[in-house]
Amino acid sequence: MRNAKISLALIVVLAALALYIVLPVPHPQWLVRSENAGQPTPLELKLGLDLQGGTQVMLEADLPEGRDLQTGAMETAKLIVERRVNSLGVSEAVVQNQGENRITAELPGVNNPDQAIETIRSTGQLEFVDPQGQALQQGMIINTTNKPSAVQDYLTSAGSDPLATPYGETLFETVMTGDVLRTAIARQDQFNMWEIGFELTGSGSEQFFNYTSANIGQQMAIVLDGVVLSAPTIQAAIRDQGVITGQFGEQEANSLAIQMRYGALPVPLKVMDVRSISATLGQDSVRSSLIAGLIGMGAVLLFMILMYRLPGLLADVALIFYVLLNLAIYKLVPVTLTLAGIAGFLLSVGMAVDANILIFERLREELRSGRSPRLAVEAGFSRAWPAIFDSNLTTLISCAVLYVFGNQFGASIVKGYALTLGLGVLLSMLTAYLATLTFMRILLGSRSQRSEAARAIVGY
Amino acid sequence: MYFIVEKRKIWFLISLILILPSLLFMAWSGATRGEILPLSIDYTGGSVWEIGFSQAVQPAAVRQVFVDAGYGDTTVFTVNNDSTAQIKFKPVDAAEKERLRLLLEEKFGESQELTYRSLGPAVGREVSQAAWVALIAASLLILLYIAWAFRSVPHPFRYGVAAVVALAHDVLVSLSFLSLMNLVAGWELDALTLTAILTVIGYSVNDTVVIFDRLRENIHRYRNESLAVVANRSIIETATRSIGTQITVFLIVVAILVLGGATLQQFVATMLVGFISGMYSSIFTATPILVAWDERSLFDRNGQQVSSLKAAA
Repeated sequence: MRNAKISLALIVVLAALALYIVLPVPHPQWLVRSENAGQPTPLELKLGLDLQGGTQVMLEADLPEGRDLQTGAMETAKLIVERRVNSLGVSEAVVQNQGENRITAELPGVNNPDQAIETIRSTGQLEFVDPQGQALQQGMIINTTNKPSAVQDYLTSAGSDPLATPYGETLFETVMTGDVLRTAIARQDQFNMWEIGFELTGSGSEQFFNYTSANIGQQMAIVLDGVVLSAPTIQAAIRDQGVITGQFGEQEANSLAIQMRYGALPVPLKVMDVRSISATLGQDSVRSSLIAGLIGMGAVLLFMILMYRLPGLLADVALIFYVLLNLAIYKLVPVTLTLAGIAGFLLSVGMAVDANILIFERLREELRSGRSPRLAVEAGFSRAWPAIFDSNLTTLISCAVLYVFGNQFGASIVKGYALTLGLGVLLSMLTAYLATLTFMRILLGSRSQRSEAARAIVGY
Repeated sequence: MYFIVEKRKIWFLISLILILPSLLFMAWSGATRGEILPLSIDYTGGSVWEIGFSQAVQPAAVRQVFVDAGYGDTTVFTVNNDSTAQIKFKPVDAAEKERLRLLLEEKFGESQELTYRSLGPAVGREVSQAAWVALIAASLLILLYIAWAFRSVPHPFRYGVAAVVALAHDVLVSLSFLSLMNLVAGWELDALTLTAILTVIGYSVNDTVVIFDRLRENIHRYRNESLAVVANRSIIETATRSIGTQITVFLIVVAILVLGGATLQQFVATMLVGFISGMYSSIFTATPILVAWDERSLFDRNGQQVSSLKAAA
């Protein structure tokens, strides 16, 4: 009985916590996830592409016959794709490496997939720009004669790249484009400082020499897709090869060298899979699955009361507890909800109810065979448990297989489904053990030992 | 006393009738289409384009636009209502897609892209292979787990096999449904439907395990009864639970089916059929198979019953 009270207290505390997380009230900073480089997003359910509309693209390295993928090339490509996605102004975009030679990008809210894909795949252009005496800094977005609408593009796409700052309307002159570069590598000098050494092509060297000799002591900006990568000061005239020094870390130097070397993508990418869903369709889906969920849940709650009376009501309380726990975890992890994910969740509700039904049926049997209510609760639960455990475990097995299957192929539909169903099955076992058992113990254990009372309550 | 497992000849016959359409379809489809299942572009590669028009359109007229543009291998269905067309054709690049969109708008007026999906054939093949691996892996793991969970009864391996036969039964019945719907409404086996079928597997086993669990308990309790009697008893004892659970699952699945929107309809309908089959198979397939194995006779009781029960550990 004392244990039951402790469990009950635990349930109340957990339920209150879960309710607090689920309700759309302000939450403390440490609870709020911050994925977008320090920009806190409110704690809310994360909707998948099929629910909010958007585009999912899978890109694959498109190497000419006989060429191998360089190590690290896909990671670099991913970073560049990510930067471009951010420049599109897509909030909460997810870019991931997949397998050895693939990248998937999920772009919520993008309703012009074709344009987005072109932007991602384009071989972006590297430029050397004359800053005209302005102090340009890394991350600034500027208009250049080569790309005069960079700032405009950024502003109209309602950008969210936290590192980028648009620099106003000034038009800077493009002195040279990236094709003057033969190569660029990151290396360490004799003091172990990181620097970028670069070589110029035959025709490029003349241009470079003319410009650098005339502008010693001035800055020169290295710009990729309108974003300033670096703005070193010209120390000397450069003809065939030069060095960029600065307070570089190893990673920074590498990334700059790669972006200079490849202009943009270290490997050409081709589109393997495009999936886009309009926002209207997504909203319809949210609305209809919400209605379906509420009505389905309501019907189940009602059915449990009709079928099992008071214990049915307790099972309903346990079920609501279960739903709260699920939603709270969705928010905290966060689990991205897709249509299939919602179906998985609703199905797990069915399984949670099944656990309760198994327990109640056993309880009735035990009462019928003449056990006292207190003993019947214990016996009924321990008899029902193996069936609950084994059946849920087989479901978990197929969830695990589905998850692996979905993960491998970027089938986020399948993955989301396996995740919510699997999570639900685990939580349903916890709920059966913690909530249903505790409620039954308190209800039937504390009352009189007469089975008539139990008979009236359980209705067998 | 009820006689359920004794009438297994009837139950197996019903199963056969339910499974037959899928087998026939596979044979027919394999012979005429080169694929035994109606695979969607998730497995074959291709493009699916769902477009909402401002007026009702004829699928044949929409298809003609594509055929004229050089895409002979195009199928068009209307979905939800007469003005939404689902077009399946070869993967194309963005410029070509834009050209097709303009051609469509020229003929049918304003349009709105609802969904678009395009997948290269190589990826499709990989997904298709992985799906088979997933199906087989899930079945094997479940078989092993059940054999392990029932290690306290004689021949635990049989329980695993019976459960897996029941789940294969449910997969085939689901495929029968899908085959029929393929012929009637053009439904295809896509990633989501595969998910439905894998769920059916999980659920089917879930149901079977509940009966087997009771069997496991009763075998130890009624040591003098034959397996057939214990099996019947176990089915009856779990019947109320089965009905209760089935009603709740039905309430939820039907709610999603009716109210959950068109996107989920095929997924949920396939799942519903699989669930019904799963309920049937746990009682009328899995349990009779156990008894048949024990009595060494698939269809009838025969005299030489192997009384393995007395050897119960």
